[in-house]
Amino acid sequence: MADFETPEVREHIHIPKLQPGVMESSGPFIAKPDHQEPLGFPGELVDNWEQKAIDAMGEAVKKYRGLAVFMDSCVKCGACTDKCHYYLGSTDPKNMPVARQDLFRSVYRKYHTPAGKFLSKLGLEWLIGAKSMTKEVLDDWHNYYHQCSECRRCSVYCPYGIDTAEVTMAARDVMAQVGQGQKYSNEIIGKVYKIGNNLGLPEPALADTLEGLEEDIEDETGVKVELPLDRKGVDILLVTPSADFFAEPHVDGLMGYAKVFHEAGVTWTLSSKASEAANFGLFIGNYENMRKISLRIREAALELGVKRIVFGECGHAWRVAYSFLNTLAGPFDFLDQNYPIPQHICEFTHDLIQQDKLKFDPSENDWMTLTFHDSCNVARASRMGDEPGGQFRIPREIIKTVCNNYVDMAPETIGEGTYCCGGGGGLLTDDLMSVRVKGALPRMTALTNVVQDEGVTHMAAICAICKSQFTKVLPYYNLGMDMVVSVHQLVSNALILTGQETDEEDEEQTAEAATE
Amino acid sequence: MSTFIAVLFWFSTAVIILGLAYKIRQYWVTPAPLKIPTTPAPTTKTGVVLRMAREVVVFESLFKSNLWIWIFGWMFHVSLFLVLARHLRYFQEQPWFLVNIVQPFGKYAAFGMVIGLLGLLARRIFVDRVRYISSPSDYLMLIMLIVIGVSGMVMSFIQHTDIIAVKEFFLAWMGFSIAELPDSLPLIIHLVMVAVLLFIFPFSKLLHAPGVFFSPTRNQVDNPREQRHLSDWAAKLESDKPQG
Repeated sequence: MADFETPEVREHIHIPKLQPGVMESSGPFIAKPDHQEPLGFPGELVDNWEQKAIDAMGEAVKKYRGLAVFMDSCVKCGACTDKCHYYLGSTDPKNMPVARQDLFRSVYRKYHTPAGKFLSKLGLEWLIGAKSMTKEVLDDWHNYYHQCSECRRCSVYCPYGIDTAEVTMAARDVMAQVGQGQKYSNEIIGKVYKIGNNLGLPEPALADTLEGLEEDIEDETGVKVELPLDRKGVDILLVTPSADFFAEPHVDGLMGYAKVFHEAGVTWTLSSKASEAANFGLFIGNYENMRKISLRIREAALELGVKRIVFGECGHAWRVAYSFLNTLAGPFDFLDQNYPIPQHICEFTHDLIQQDKLKFDPSENDWMTLTFHDSCNVARASRMGDEPGGQFRIPREIIKTVCNNYVDMAPETIGEGTYCCGGGGGLLTDDLMSVRVKGALPRMTALTNVVQDEGVTHMAAICAICKSQFTKVLPYYNLGMDMVVSVHQLVSNALILTGQETDEEDEEQTAEAATE
Repeated sequence: MSTFIAVLFWFSTAVIILGLAYKIRQYWVTPAPLKIPTTPAPTTKTGVVLRMAREVVVFESLFKSNLWIWIFGWMFHVSLFLVLARHLRYFQEQPWFLVNIVQPFGKYAAFGMVIGLLGLLARRIFVDRVRYISSPSDYLMLIMLIVIGVSGMVMSFIQHTDIIAVKEFFLAWMGFSIAELPDSLPLIIHLVMVAVLLFIFPFSKLLHAPGVFFSPTRNQVDNPREQRHLSDWAAKLESDKPQG
């Protein structure tokens, strides 16, 4: 299948012995000038990059208090060392969160702290683990900062809340600034600027796709449910990951949103300008790019004259939307202040369920036994609803409303302790396949347990990356790739539209048509 | 020797005060441009104060993380707190009521302190993951604290020192004059090590003490949708924004 071994699934998540260097050359492709320049980065590694990287590190520490505190505060207690899925799956010690941070911290200490500067003069920087900025260090950065999905699991367990994601973002930004970006993320951001979405799906193709989906829904239910594009003056702008337009099982989720909007009686639209919820500016740790991508949504909302913004199922996109959108592209004083800005599709559907406005037949999902994968960015970097922890409660309540068979995975692998799918943070690319498969080990272990013990057949997710990643890695762990489903796919299965034909009516009509 | 110790302490006390003031100011003025609390997070300021209190007093996150590190780490820190409280009597003519109360606890807390430190040192040596991430300074710092603890215990339990004279020394020291210290090897070791510790505090990982209070993943309120959060440098980018 590939030039690496899929790790063995054990009964429990196992803390492996260290095997230094096993993931040393597992980094991603380096961005070409075409991928770098549209983002405002130099095309290739600049002259004197060492000094420029050192200067950029100093700038980053001045701009981000988190980074400044995290650089100083780590006491190397070891609490985080067994918390990263990439370490657990790969055994490489540089995938332990503190060791990953230290790739940056050791250089920072040497050039930007009094202790590092002083001890370097005496040749004693090794005393405090300080290191020079060299090509080897840059290679390590490139390798290991692209074996982090910025999932923040380590930050839950750190006594000072040190978040490796922040360090990874800073390191990636420094690398991009000296000319060594990551091809996958930067190429995608380029597509967003040029075409409007990560997949490079142009407006006519998008319109065509949406029309096809309308036909599918009508064929299935007999009800005309619209998926409008660029319609002005409607209530809601839906911003959703572009994978929802055609990838499986994402697209079934999109049809679910459309049916929910239809039943709610609200008017809505997608936008060809903001035809992408994802914001890879987060992954590359660059505020300006993240902001520029976010501003498309503001522009689209203004141009279309909508009153509300709702986001589809996407993990990091929800982080950027929930936590950052108001900062990056706000204030949204032109929107209806009676609703959360922005709102998650799960919050939207959950509200309707609370108000008893949707009719379901959960037995439509009886052929499945479900579990739910908490997506890292939703779990640890955002919220749904009014109460802390709503991000765990709301999707589960939706699933339990539309499905009769639901089981949670082991408690330490869900909720705030959830394991990343292994493909987040800009790693969802074929050149990182070994990292992705290995990083999925803890989740696959927890899933295998509920499959074997509880008869779970499917795992629901609310993140486009999780869905794509699982579809790809499940087979490596002898699980079916079609096990992963969208939450709104389950909603869609069970939702009874007003005027919808039941199965019996359907058969009668077919019979009538045949006799005519 | 007394002069040496007095000067050393004036110097290292100045360093820790100025150094910490500098670092705290740095943390204070450096903006946190984005809302990054690790969620689920409190949605009110009161909630954040409580979260921080749990973090600082009972090491909540560490407890979730690793029971052994939590036991040794918490034992060390609580003991250190009691020991420090007990030491206030060297700096007060008439010790406060609470300082008097804490005396017996502080005396035996020294054992908790040293046992906690030995536990942490053992983990650093024997757990391969912790050994991998340790620098020489990480060991040295533990050893230094152990030496401080043990030398103090020697004076408390084995080779008593004239603590009245020590008190007179520090009361004089606070008034910028020099009194005679008793001639005691454990005392000299104890004091020199403490002075070194004070000196390295603002340059080392001991900065976790002020750092934890400034950690945005722990001290931010989870209310980004309700309240717009904008840092100064980010506000400068605002001019190109399409207006509603």
